[in-house]
Amino acid sequence: MARGDLLAGRRRVSALGWRYPPLRVAGQLLPPVGWMTLIYVAALAALFVYAFWGVDAFTGKVVHTWGLGNFREIFESAAFRGVIWRTLWIAAAVTATCAVIAFPFAYFMARLASPRVRALLFVLVLLPLWSSYLVRVYAWKVILAQDGILNWSLGKIGLPGANLGYSNTAMWLVFTYIWLPFMILPVYAALERIPHSYIEASRDLGAGGFTTLRRVVLPLTLPGVVAGSIFTFSLTLGDYITPTLVGGAGSTFIGNIVYSTGLGVSGNLPFAAAFAAIPLAIMAVYLALAKRTGAFEAL
Amino acid sequence: MTKVRARHALVLAVAAALAVPAAGAGSSSHRSSAAKVGAGEGKLTMIAWEGYLDPKWVKPFEQQSKCKVEAKYAGSSDEMVTLMRSGGGGQYDMVSASGDASLRLIYGGDVAAVDVNRVPGWKQFFKGFQNPPNNTVKGKHYGISLQWGPNTLMYNAAKVKPAPTSWSALYDPKFKGKITVPNNPIQIADAALYLSKTRPSLGIKDPYELNKAQFAATIALLKKQRPLVKKYWGLSSDEISLFKNGDATIGASWPYTTGQLQAAKVPVKEIIPKEGVTGWLDTWMLSAKAKHPNCAYAWYSYISSPKVQALQAVTWGETPVNKQACGFMNKLVKGSCAQYHANEPESYYASIKFWKTPLADCGNGKKDCMDYSQWVKSWNEVIS
Amino acid sequence: METRATRIGLWIWTGLVVLFLHIPIVIIVLYAFNASNVQGWPITDWTTKWFGPAIHNGEMQDALILSLKAGALATAIAMVLGTLAAFALYRAAFFGRTVVSFLFVLPIALPGIITGMALNSYFTYWHQALGLWTIVVGHATFCIVIVFNNVVARLRRLPTSLTEASMDLGADGFQTFVHITLPSISTALVSGGLLAFALSFDEVIVTTFTAGVQNTLPIWIFGNIRLGQQLPEVNVVVFLILLATIVPVTIAQRLTRESGILRTE
Repeated sequence: MARGDLLAGRRRVSALGWRYPPLRVAGQLLPPVGWMTLIYVAALAALFVYAFWGVDAFTGKVVHTWGLGNFREIFESAAFRGVIWRTLWIAAAVTATCAVIAFPFAYFMARLASPRVRALLFVLVLLPLWSSYLVRVYAWKVILAQDGILNWSLGKIGLPGANLGYSNTAMWLVFTYIWLPFMILPVYAALERIPHSYIEASRDLGAGGFTTLRRVVLPLTLPGVVAGSIFTFSLTLGDYITPTLVGGAGSTFIGNIVYSTGLGVSGNLPFAAAFAAIPLAIMAVYLALAKRTGAFEAL
Repeated sequence: MTKVRARHALVLAVAAALAVPAAGAGSSSHRSSAAKVGAGEGKLTMIAWEGYLDPKWVKPFEQQSKCKVEAKYAGSSDEMVTLMRSGGGGQYDMVSASGDASLRLIYGGDVAAVDVNRVPGWKQFFKGFQNPPNNTVKGKHYGISLQWGPNTLMYNAAKVKPAPTSWSALYDPKFKGKITVPNNPIQIADAALYLSKTRPSLGIKDPYELNKAQFAATIALLKKQRPLVKKYWGLSSDEISLFKNGDATIGASWPYTTGQLQAAKVPVKEIIPKEGVTGWLDTWMLSAKAKHPNCAYAWYSYISSPKVQALQAVTWGETPVNKQACGFMNKLVKGSCAQYHANEPESYYASIKFWKTPLADCGNGKKDCMDYSQWVKSWNEVIS
Repeated sequence: METRATRIGLWIWTGLVVLFLHIPIVIIVLYAFNASNVQGWPITDWTTKWFGPAIHNGEMQDALILSLKAGALATAIAMVLGTLAAFALYRAAFFGRTVVSFLFVLPIALPGIITGMALNSYFTYWHQALGLWTIVVGHATFCIVIVFNNVVARLRRLPTSLTEASMDLGADGFQTFVHITLPSISTALVSGGLLAFALSFDEVIVTTFTAGVQNTLPIWIFGNIRLGQQLPEVNVVVFLILLATIVPVTIAQRLTRESGILRTE
């Protein structure tokens, strides 16, 4: 085919996309949505159907009788309700802490740092992500242990040791540490895009620094914070390795329950599927709330 | 402009370059090897506990048998069962299952019966390990016993005085916040074993066969213990950290852990308390859909031989099932045979309550025992 | 612009955050030189004896290569799919958008084990042997959302006047995309791609279920953590990887500086 024909064909497609936006959107959405639906959603649906089935108490095999028995079991148990609540509120605490820590840092990176310093900070933020989640969590074990680095340092300056090892506090600290880069980057991206003229205009209109921050910068940064929060919240919600490594006796997460009931020997896949449906529902609510704050709308 | 195009081209080229060998690698795994009767098939895929396929004994095997070993490590019995069933079964030839998983695999039809006459080492096993209930059902052998270990009571001798003699120490508020026990539903059996001696009125005969009342009493005990526990360890390296760094001073453990801690100069000691112990017994099981059965039998013969049994025992820190291994163990590490109880009278092994999957069928005609899924659910509720 | 006090405060805050992010890294490096294979504090004996065995560990080398391959492929797929979706949805205000965002977030929102279990049974159903491509499919699935979010956040701030001007000057949709839009979102693409690769490179739970007999690097690391007998080797490997990644990460940072940043100063 001659180059002219190729160009003409391309233009025709491009014009079509311009004139009929739904067509363009559909064409763009087909590969990713197709991928997700045919591969992921199909696999998930097959798995979640199990949530409504049960197991034969005698043979341990799955029985295809529909019912809400699994969900009733979960919500009637104080222990399991506790697990859900704990997972939820630690995920929220981690998200809030990450946002608070990330914002001033990202602000500095985006607006105050010279290009060279910014480049250095960029590298410094990304570098920990390359050093293995497992090993970083393991390093925290040594830091927070009874005879670990933290207590050793506190001892050196005369303070009593903190009994942080293997506790919910330890998990909150470690999660915040691990997911911080995932919050910093989107917040930075959002801050970087704020045109300087906006700030100047705010100043011209008589707003002080803090007011500018509160009424101009923060609202404009919100999409970035929400994007980051989706990661920190959901990654914490679904994790089971950190509770295993640095959690204590009362630190079980939803993921831990799913792990111990979903795998082979216990054979109670329906129960595990029902438990796993809970983070799914929580994320649905979370995303609905995120939309309500207007973060998804064009600003 | 050109920079953008060049960058795009580079990305595409890299992706294409990686895709070609990747596609090749994918298709080769579909090539099925024709099973030859007798001769080895050249490959053996195995699911094992970490450290069970150490090059020290795998390399000589590969040279001898010309069967290349491909290992997949799993961290829990549950993972092993899932892996065995993945890909519709048949992706792995063998699995080194522990007693809490083996019965499930047998009843699930995932493993095949094994002909013990093809394994010379089997005749040298202690009687108790030739037909243990966790891998022999109705006279049929579903695997060959591998190694075992007791679940001992370990304590930091410098911080725990006087030395404990009973499992009651793990339920003693004196040690609040310093106790650690394994995070495994099968631990319920340890508590049941303790109750069988301290509250005989409950009538617990077998800690894995508990009726509703016995089970409820055991769970109540575990719930009382929960505020005293610092952490329920899932990995033995967890327990090692706990003791090394002062977070725990007493707990349930394995000889492997004690050995590692002592090598790290932590003053721990382990005892077999007066109420007795539970134990774990690992079995190499053969997949019902194994693609390389001849290599599997070659492995069986190899890993059951006294010399290799001894080597694995002292390397990993467990006890061989082959009577003849004792001498070889002492040659490798002096005193190891006695340390790991590798040459005791049969009654010693009979006294250990080895893991087995709890089933509803109590074996005494009644079918009202709690099955494993109940154990898991209750255990999760205790530790949550 | 900001008061001096604020500026000093921000400098200190930034310094503290950098410290927070890197003290554990320093500790990881320190323990690569620990003579004992049990991690206790303080370190009494120092040695470099772990470096040789770690570098020559065949299992580790295979795992590393597999991780790199899978990461590159998964990131490439995620970048294409994520960008396509971002372009489709950043302006459209229809109900479908929330649904699609939710769809993309699912692989990360759910416990990795559910994603892993679901994909594993799915592959089994289609008689697909587990290997590199099943790992890639698993990773790409949860990497899409990272690229998607980053690109959407950037696209929202992009003035439409540019694309319109480009079209007025005679460029068609594709040319506009390649010459105008792509350079302006390149920062988002690079940061999204880097994050996606890092996530894939480091993922362990889903990979356990989508890998066959192969081990990726995190699975190898997790195995060693479970065993606890060669922990310092793990620290050595992580240390060396860190050194090795300083270069590509710096280069990536340089690349993003050259692209047009449309700040109206």
